[in-house]
Amino acid sequence: MTAQTVVSLSGVEKTFELPGGSSMTAVSGIDMEIRKGEFVSLIGPSGCGKSTLLRLIGDLTQPSAGSVTINGKPAHQARLDRDYGMVFQAPVLFDWRTVEENVRLPLELMGQGRESREARVREMLELVELTDFARHHPYQLSGGMQQRVAIARALTFSPSILLMDEPFGALDEMTRERMNSEVLRIWEQTGITVIFVTHSIPEAVFLSSRVVVMSARPGRVARVLEIDLPRPRGVETRESRGYFEKVTQVREALRGGEGRADEGIGSVERAEAEGLIG
Amino acid sequence: MSRGTDLLRRYLPTIVVFVGTIAIWEAVIRGLHVRAFILPAPSSIVGALFANWTTAYQIFPAAQNTLLEAGGGLVGGALLGLAVAFLVARFATARDIVLPVAVAVNAIPIVAFAPIANNWFGVLSPYSKMAIAGALVFFPIMINVLRGLTQVDASALELMRSYAAGDVAVLSKLRVPNALPFFLTGLKIGTTLSLIGAVVGEYFGGLNVALGRVVVESASTLAFEVTWAAILVASATGIAMYLLVAALERVLIPWHPSVRGERVA
Repeated sequence: MTAQTVVSLSGVEKTFELPGGSSMTAVSGIDMEIRKGEFVSLIGPSGCGKSTLLRLIGDLTQPSAGSVTINGKPAHQARLDRDYGMVFQAPVLFDWRTVEENVRLPLELMGQGRESREARVREMLELVELTDFARHHPYQLSGGMQQRVAIARALTFSPSILLMDEPFGALDEMTRERMNSEVLRIWEQTGITVIFVTHSIPEAVFLSSRVVVMSARPGRVARVLEIDLPRPRGVETRESRGYFEKVTQVREALRGGEGRADEGIGSVERAEAEGLIG
Repeated sequence: MSRGTDLLRRYLPTIVVFVGTIAIWEAVIRGLHVRAFILPAPSSIVGALFANWTTAYQIFPAAQNTLLEAGGGLVGGALLGLAVAFLVARFATARDIVLPVAVAVNAIPIVAFAPIANNWFGVLSPYSKMAIAGALVFFPIMINVLRGLTQVDASALELMRSYAAGDVAVLSKLRVPNALPFFLTGLKIGTTLSLIGAVVGEYFGGLNVALGRVVVESASTLAFEVTWAAILVASATGIAMYLLVAALERVLIPWHPSVRGERVA
């Protein structure tokens, strides 16, 4: 199966200049390929550069070395072409806009006509099941609902990649699990490529087709785990034996994450060879 | 529970305290035979107000003239404050030049310039009073709007960046709406300041039919109940201007916590 490569990172490094002349390497030696329609999670300890990596992919910051290629073009061009939908940890909704006006924002910026715009906004609100709240203001919604608005807004202009930076980190566990299922449903319906940064091992395993485990200082890819649990995934997935095994593998990869920079994509085979995957 | 009883329950303590204070004031003046030039009784202040409403000191037309000066100063100062804020927000160099100067100028007691403004714009002209009022209003508007334009959520800016939004779009869709509550806060502060500017400007000379002149002239003839009546009307004018801006807030920024909070309470 040769699916189309959407994201390609090659030798990516990001160094921040610190005040006082010193510098800090956030990520280093990142090689990665992400195929169309994949759901890839980036997981790792605080300071492993997973958010920086996401921002590098989204051209919100530029690499100090190496290259980021999106759909065969530089990340900068991809941003100008509106290839990215972004969802942050905070919903970042505009307080002065209603729910539908928030979802409409990208379409306004991209100069889409009024009628097709309204139809698209309705469609997106149906997708995240917030049709009844179209005229509400963000402050009238719960945290989970606000984040659903943010997802609708990110998808409204049909970007090819959805970048999510710990989108459910501020939500309680119950809401978070519900949102996980929600995101999977949306991902399956739209077929969009998702890159998802998280702190949560269960979340990464439940959602992803691949989990990229990162190690800190400097941030490197320690291990990549294929999550081949059957889909569609639901409550039974969270209670299955295969799920627990994957959670354990990710946890172990996180614990032994340091000093495995050489592995990258090929690490699944190596992990199998080391007996980490049963 | 009906809305009427709700409102009554909320404002009853305020009303009781207000009426009580007036009653005690009246009682103390009468009981202790305090002389009118030290502190007139509320009843004689209200009496003076009615006696001089359109005749003698002409408090009502005086209030209209003062309101015109304050209002003109408020609008002029606000427009200038807005213009400088947008300029300074847009150009970092302008910020470096303008901000220190603005802060230094703000440290000057601007009302001290009232005689000079009278000299420049004509002592009998309303523009001299508008100039002082406007100068007082300028700074809070400028600083508040500048804050609103520049203190934008970093994630919101990144979001706009991810949409490849240009500077104009970021300004119109993000910075300006973000600055609107700040502007209205500046405008609220400005209402009081503009009235102070106008009245103090009048102290240093001007048409006789103006609240500041009524204060100065009635005090010089020891007609203090008229002085108090003029102060009462000046206060009412200030409160009315403030409430007007507060009403504007409810229309323009119903989503803002400051407006929402009032509703819930």
